[in-house]
Amino acid sequence: MFFARPRTFLILALVASAVLEIFQARIDPYFVDILTRIGINIILAVSLNLINGHTGQFSLGHAGFMAVGAYTAAAMTMFAGPHVMPANATQVLVMMWFLAALLAAGAVAAAAGLLVGAPSLRLKGDYLAIVTLGFGQIISVIFRNIEPLGGALGLNGIPSYTNLFWVFGAAALTVYVITAMVNSTYGRGFIATHDDEVAAEAMGINTTRCKIVAFVIGAFFAGIAGGLYGHFTLTISPRGFDFNKSIEIVVMVIVGGMGNTVGVIIAAVLLTLLPEGLRMLSGMSPSLHWIGESRLILYALLLIGLMLLRPQGLFNFRKSARTKP
Amino acid sequence: MSTKLLQLEKVTIRFGGLTAVSELDLQIGATELVGLIGPNGAGKTTVFNLITGVYQPTDGKISFAGNPTARQKPFQLAKHGIARTFQNIRLFASMSVFDNVRAATQLHRARGIRNALWRGKSFRHGEEKTAAHVMELLEIFHLGKFRDEPAKSLSYGDQRRLEIVRALATHPKLLLLDEPAAGMNPTEKAELAKLIRFIRDKFQISILLVEHDMPLVMEICERIAVLDYGQKIAEGTPVEIRKNPKVIAAYLGEETHA
Repeated sequence: MFFARPRTFLILALVASAVLEIFQARIDPYFVDILTRIGINIILAVSLNLINGHTGQFSLGHAGFMAVGAYTAAAMTMFAGPHVMPANATQVLVMMWFLAALLAAGAVAAAAGLLVGAPSLRLKGDYLAIVTLGFGQIISVIFRNIEPLGGALGLNGIPSYTNLFWVFGAAALTVYVITAMVNSTYGRGFIATHDDEVAAEAMGINTTRCKIVAFVIGAFFAGIAGGLYGHFTLTISPRGFDFNKSIEIVVMVIVGGMGNTVGVIIAAVLLTLLPEGLRMLSGMSPSLHWIGESRLILYALLLIGLMLLRPQGLFNFRKSARTKP
Repeated sequence: MSTKLLQLEKVTIRFGGLTAVSELDLQIGATELVGLIGPNGAGKTTVFNLITGVYQPTDGKISFAGNPTARQKPFQLAKHGIARTFQNIRLFASMSVFDNVRAATQLHRARGIRNALWRGKSFRHGEEKTAAHVMELLEIFHLGKFRDEPAKSLSYGDQRRLEIVRALATHPKLLLLDEPAAGMNPTEKAELAKLIRFIRDKFQISILLVEHDMPLVMEICERIAVLDYGQKIAEGTPVEIRKNPKVIAAYLGEETHA
């Protein structure tokens, strides 16, 4: 299968991202923009899939972790950066600092994941969803009230460091870490936790630990996605990481099929393209304008239809069991 | 003190005003096959939940292999060697037969997350060894041919056996079987009786069996304890239990002169 040799996949994907980066200058900026969004959404969806899909803990707080990462990385490059690097710093040094900022973004988001996860993962289902929803709100309010970080206006003038290499390199790393982890004897613990917590505990699996590990790793990659996002849009505000953003990511996971990494990647790509496609369609002729105007309604109808027709996810072709080692 | 494998001393648990299990004394020695019987609602499954750490006793003491089990979580007790099956089968529904058993092998292996991420030689060797071990277990119970089938697609009897295999994959010293014969036909029951004996002899473990099916319990258990309304009303060999008037009364009602 696709992930039979995860290390080969990782190396190939990293090389491909580097090649993509070399040709970035020749690609239409519009497509670069879309590709970047796709990459960031892949990171978000695949990392949320570890929590919601594989481990079965319904989290609605992914945008919150993304926000923590975005602000951390922006603070690193905007405020700490000038002190660390001389004005005439080489490209390599700048990139190293960006890497450090991304790692810090992931680490701080992971710490936030631990902070939220450790007490709240005793809750299940709807209750956990509400707690993570609350966490997302709290994060948003906190950033709105930190004046040095721009308050409600957010941060402007973040350096433009994100390029296709960073985005797809990070996406490849996310996919690698999560599939390599889940597709091992160790990783069966996550799925056992998802299937039946009582039975998993009786078989010696520390389900609390599994859930926290999933939460922390999921938050780590959401933080990195946030860092990439900030250095791509160059401006971030608390409103950009609200409840709607979390839902957007949850939808990608559900459309792709919970716990199905390939499906979730495809869903992330399609759902990033869908609004663009609808916009393009409505621009083609005046008689199609209504598509643009009712874009969001169409989108919602599509989701409703999907849930009725394929509740297991659009790309879940597995009969029912995971069989691959 | 004697060093029995499992020792329950005056174990009591109350849920609000209800005393589900009251001052229960029970001992199980190494490689012993003990039956726990009683009418519906007598507290048999509660005893299982107490032994496996799902519930904490309100009073009394449980010790396993000489160590008290108080405040230990089920997964910790599983590590020490207590494994169980469930009255209503609880397999991992989204996993294959192979993975159901594999998930239960991880507690005795030191390969954690770093190993799984690095995917080095030791990881591959470990995974191969695990796979071989899982297949060996599955073959013993004639489930090898279902290796890649979804666990829930198996027949009822096979699901029950798979649950036992999964429990054995944790390398238990004590195996708790919660109504393994429920829903089985006479042929399957006869096979199950053979199987339980076979497990005890092959893996050299102790087995505590909760069961409604009297002939089965009488046939295979060396010792039987009878619970009624949370209290142990009798304990002894199958022959003794069969003749015990208290047991007959609990099961059939008071004897009347017809």
